[in-house]
This record gives sequence, C-alpha cells and structure tokens, in this order.
Amino acid sequence: MNEVLSLRDMSRALSQGDVSSVELVQDHLARINAIDSGLNSFITLTADAALAQAAAADESRAAGDQRPALGLPIAHKDIFCTAGVLTTAGSKMLSNFVAPYDATVVSKMADAGMVSLGKTNMDEFAMGSSNETSFFGSVANPWDHDRVPGGSSGGSAAAVAAGLVAGATGTDTGGSIRQPAALCGITGLKPTYGRVSRFGMIAFASSLDQAGPMTRSAEDAALMLAVMAGFDPKDSTSARREDHWLEDLAVNGIADLDRPLVIGLPEQYFQNSTGQECLQAAKQELEALGHQFKAVSLPHTDAAIPVYYVLASAEASTNLSRYDGVRFGHRCENPTSLQDLYERSREEGFGDEVKRRILTGTYTLSVGYFDAYYLKAQKIRRLIAQDFDAAFNDVDLLLTPTAPTPAFKRGQLTDDPVAMYQQDLYTVPTSLAGLPAMSLPCGFTDNLPMGMQLIAPAFREDLALGLAAQFQRQTDWHLKQAGDIN
Amino acid sequence: MTKNNQTPADEQGHTQESSDGIDVAHLAGLARLAIDADKTQAVSKDLQSIIGLIDVMQSVNTEGVEPLSHAFDGTARLRADDVTEHPDPEQFQRNAPATADHYYLVPRVVE
Repeated sequence: MNEVLSLRDMSRALSQGDVSSVELVQDHLARINAIDSGLNSFITLTADAALAQAAAADESRAAGDQRPALGLPIAHKDIFCTAGVLTTAGSKMLSNFVAPYDATVVSKMADAGMVSLGKTNMDEFAMGSSNETSFFGSVANPWDHDRVPGGSSGGSAAAVAAGLVAGATGTDTGGSIRQPAALCGITGLKPTYGRVSRFGMIAFASSLDQAGPMTRSAEDAALMLAVMAGFDPKDSTSARREDHWLEDLAVNGIADLDRPLVIGLPEQYFQNSTGQECLQAAKQELEALGHQFKAVSLPHTDAAIPVYYVLASAEASTNLSRYDGVRFGHRCENPTSLQDLYERSREEGFGDEVKRRILTGTYTLSVGYFDAYYLKAQKIRRLIAQDFDAAFNDVDLLLTPTAPTPAFKRGQLTDDPVAMYQQDLYTVPTSLAGLPAMSLPCGFTDNLPMGMQLIAPAFREDLALGLAAQFQRQTDWHLKQAGDIN
Repeated sequence: MTKNNQTPADEQGHTQESSDGIDVAHLAGLARLAIDADKTQAVSKDLQSIIGLIDVMQSVNTEGVEPLSHAFDGTARLRADDVTEHPDPEQFQRNAPATADHYYLVPRVVE
C-alpha cells in the first residue's frame, strides 16, 4: 500500500467494488508488519480475527449491505475491553487480562461492520502525556523517532500518523486524544462528556474519561463519531440526545456551516506556547473564509492543572483499588497474608506514574484533607465551567493551541512529573467542563507538526467538525506524511 | 512540599508530613501499596513537588461556590430493578489467579 487512504476513500472504493475489505486488511497488516517494529504503536495484532471480520463484511456487501463503515479497518486503544482479546491498559497489572466482554464502543463499531486490526499502545492506565509509562515500551513519533508521540493515546496517534491505520479509537481524560493528535500531526476529537459510552472502557477518572476518534481528517473523525456515539443504558452518565446531524454525518459527511462563526481567542492560552505563528496563519485562513475573531478571557485557567491533578488522582486512586490480585490481574508469588497479597501485587503490577497518582489521590482524600483539596478542587471546577459558559455567550467556538510545545525528546521529561503535567495546560480545562474539543494539524515548527484546538459548547461537536472540515478543504496540513517535511 | 501556612492539617493538627517530608509509608499503607525502602525518598520528593503544584489552587477564592462533581451537574439515572444479563461465572473467573467452586482463593485469613 503506497498511498495512505482515508476511511472515506476506502468506503468509496469498497462501495464501487474497486477493492475488498479482505484486500484492505491484508494491505494494512503488511504495512504494520513492515513498519511497526520501529514505532511500537501496537500491543496486540488480531490478524486472523480481522481477516475473518473482513470476509464477513465482504459477504454482507455482496448481499447488498451499503453501510458506509462496512469493512473499514480500524484499531482500538488497548483501554477498551475486547472479548477474548488481551486488554492491558498498558499495564503489567493487566498483562494477562483477556476481557470477557466488549466495550460498547467496540461492539458498536463491530456492529457497523468496522474491522479491528488490533490494540494500540498507551500510557499505563492512560496516565501520561508521552507514552513512556507503558509496560509494553514507549512509542516513537513517526515524524522523529527520537521524540514522543504524546499520550496517553500515543499508540493510536502514531499508528494513524504513520499510515498504519486510517482511524483508531482514543480516550481523553485531560488531553489524551488531543495532545498526541497534535504531536503526531493528526486530527483527534474528544466528544462532550456523556456523548460516547464509557462501558467497558477501563476507568481512570470516571467524571472526566471520554472516548473519541483519532484520524487524519475531520471527515473521518465524523464518520467514526457517528458510529461510536449514542445513549447506552450500561453507562449511568451516558447522555440521551437527539442530535439528528449525528446520524447524517456517517452517510452524508460533514455539512457546510450555515453561517460565518464568531471565534473566541482566550488570552490565557496564548502566553507561553511555541509555534504561535502556525496559529496566526490558521487564524488568517479562517478570517479569509469570513469568520470573525474576538478576544475572550477564561480567568481560572491557571488553576485547571492543580484542580485536575486533585480530582483525576482522587478518582484514579479509588478506581484502581479494584486491582487487588484477587479476581483478575497480576498476583504476587507466595503471598504470606491477604495484606501481603494486596500490597505486593499492587507494588509489582503498577508502574511509577500510576503509583504516584494513587498516592496523590490517597493524600488528598485522606481524613482532614478532603475539604482543603478535593472539595476545593470541585468548587474551582465549577468556576472553570462557568468561565466557558460566559465565553460562549459571546462566541460560537474557541481557538487555542493544543499543547504548549511540539513533540519533545524521549526521556526529556520523565524525571520531572510536574513538568510533564504542564503538557495538559490547554486541554485540561475543557475536560473539567465536559466540553467537546478537537485538535487538528495547523503547520510545522522545526519540522514537527503543530496542532490547534477548537473548543465547542456542550454537545456542539457539529460546530467544531464543521469549521475543521472547512479549514481542511482549504489547507493540506492534515494530508502531510512523515517524510514529506524532513 | 515547601512548608507554608497554606498546608492543610487534619482535625488533630497533624499533617501527612514527617520532619523530612510526606509520610510515604503511611500513605502507601492506606493505598495498599508496598514501597521499597530505597525508593521512599524519591517518591516523597515527587509527591512534594506534586502537592506543591496542587497547592497553587489554595489562592483561588471559592467562597459561596458550590462544588461540581460532574460536568453537567446531573443526577444519576435510575433504572428498573430487572435482571437483564446472566453473566457466566466461569468466563469471568477465567482471569482469576486462583479459584475453587466459583470462589476466589486468597491466603488464609482466620487460623
């Protein structure tokens, strides 16, 4: 496979009978086998199952099935439970865990006829911004193998950027779809909290976790979102929505915006990031398309990182208490007591960053500290959400950088967790407010891709996708391949 | 953590800190994590810098603000108390390190 095809390209080729799903899957597997040893973007390949699913899709198509996602190869972040397939969350703790059921996202995509090629690498339990905390080894950025792909959905981002797969699922708790999308030069969408079911998605911080698509273009992201989204009775925070534009996305693609937009530029997001000239050029492009810009203020932005690391760590320490070496996951050898079993299984099964977050959460939740940390953080979370509400009274969307820097060197930040946490500076506030946001490529700094972030009001992914699609019709940043620039 | 007057203390006036930093052994015990003695100092240093980062939020005025625990402030849905699934215990126990007769085995608790 020389040319890297988009999901939409493949959908068209399949419907015209130019190619079969089996042929597409064979091409993809060959490319993965040829290239991925240098990237390490996959933890598990499910070649046999993929070929069987592809054959079933071809059969269904021959019988008249014309659904747009039928037979398209994709990959899942290894945080989604896949029945009968190893599901590790990038952790030694789950290195032997074979999920007994499918996540709702996995079953919805399979029901739509999509073919999973395998499971992508990730930071352990989605805790990290560089994919260096994975038990299965770090992932290389396709643009420069000495640099990180971002995290935690770094395997999905690298696989899409390298053309190993056109679409992969990711999850985003504080930026884990958007930051790696930016660092790898692809498009990534974190939907509104509640838009996509969390059932079967291994929990990190349940009030923040949200799954979304990682693709090269907004059009492909829209196709995947249409398949992934929807109410799920198995997720108590799943939103019941009747957004008819969502159904149209899969069949008709992204509709043209019906009017020029007013786009807000939050002043707090433009103080410390590199590559601002890329954003400036993107802004000019959008102005030429008739959109207007307006300065806005999100005054509690500086508190977002502290608030996030209180709330996410508290939720993580609670969620991860289920890994006790009793029912599933790693168990230590020869435990002398139940206490010893718990403590050594967890000590051996978790990596350093996961332990750091568990201890941070334990600290902030302990007796006497709850009000000063957890409750305080929840109050500021409301102030942050109110900042966005106020901004959206004046503007339709917000435009910001996605990450403060382009991809950094492997090992550069591993010894300084607090510096690593700053990678999430521009992505965390939207997570706390539950808002949809996407990153799309907008240029290069020192031959490394840069991302811009579009933030939309709750449940208005259509606005962000509409603007992104319009931008991508005018520019070709999202079509650049590693190797084109260097 | 830098010692400052923003460091919260519990009702008895204790903080989670010993004279040379956070009491890692106590925290690790609460979290059911064994921490190697030779790693305690490094863990303590990392936690101190994280708590230092977190303490920045103490300067935000939150008087009269209600806490927000969920992005859309909603209440959890209730559903009918119906049995909708019949999971197969053997399938779920296939991942268990040690089982017998559908029970999970752990070291003896009562002698």
